Amino acid sequence: MRYIEPHAHMVSRTTDDYERMALAGCEAVCEPAFWAGFDRSSAAGFHDYFCQLTEHEPKRAAKFGLKHFCWLCINSKEAEDVKLAAEVIAMIPQFIGRENVLGIGEIGLNKNSRNELRVLEMQVELAAKYDQLILVHTPHLEDKLKGTKLILDVLKNDRRIRPEHVIIDHVEEHTVEMVLDCGMWAGMTLYPETKCTPARAIDILETYGSENIWMNSACDWGVSDPLAVPKTALEMKKRGHRTHAIEKVIFANPRQFLSQSTHFKLGK
Amino acid sequence: MTRQQVLDLYFLDARHKLIELAAFLDRVDRAEGQADFRLKAFRAALTSLDGKNKNRAKSVLLAFSDPTAKPVAKATVKGACGAFPK
Repeated sequence: MRYIEPHAHMVSRTTDDYERMALAGCEAVCEPAFWAGFDRSSAAGFHDYFCQLTEHEPKRAAKFGLKHFCWLCINSKEAEDVKLAAEVIAMIPQFIGRENVLGIGEIGLNKNSRNELRVLEMQVELAAKYDQLILVHTPHLEDKLKGTKLILDVLKNDRRIRPEHVIIDHVEEHTVEMVLDCGMWAGMTLYPETKCTPARAIDILETYGSENIWMNSACDWGVSDPLAVPKTALEMKKRGHRTHAIEKVIFANPRQFLSQSTHFKLGK
Repeated sequence: MTRQQVLDLYFLDARHKLIELAAFLDRVDRAEGQADFRLKAFRAALTSLDGKNKNRAKSVLLAFSDPTAKPVAKATVKGACGAFPK
């Protein structure tokens, strides 16, 4: 069954994963800019990273027949340094026109601090100015509820931001409803321990429906599974969901949202 | 799915996880010294499983969540720990 992986940090994965994803039916992988596991020491580090996302990684993916797209931002874990953040944000417009760039992401909050909020607002401003899609990271664990509310307030308070151009990722049972009620998209992340399991993600689909919602693995340098989406599709099949219903969530929905960017084009 | 189908598909996995939960609490009891706020939060979250609450997963997540609304002054750590000291 074909699928789109809407959130995977492929810079931290090996080509074994690209091969496995291609074999499992992946047609495209989308990679938000994220925290590398350490703080970059300067804006130059981010420049190199953006080059990696827009030049090198698409070539690596193409060797396995996969289209690669990316999002650009300074992530919330590196947002306490507002001066550095401003330098990085000023650099992003140079890259927005590159052919695999979908929008600004994954912006958001981490510990829900004032500086993180300020940097979030700066990047929402950037997205509005350049009419870009937005992909949002919501905080982990005990910080998620508060962070999601703060993020939604920022987005709702900017009239230039169209809700249907925003995906709020890593939703769980206590945040999904508030996201969908705003008219934004909700992403469920299938990641061990700290986010959703396949069973819970399907429970959420069965409770809230399959409109404006997608699933992703957010696989990265931590313990994570780049095949989480097709494995969840299999679990949906075990529960009796029909093929077209499964394909809607894992392929048609991501395609619908991402096609709002003129850069999102799948192969023939 | 019917209730029977849910049991057929998920009972053994849920049973395993329940035993793991029970063993975790036994392990905590066997260990010495003080526990921090996470244990209190865990016990409070467990009560969400009782009764006829239809949104147990949501209730558990809410029990562990930071209920405050204002941004903090500064992020002094990177990670989250799973519970909020109330």
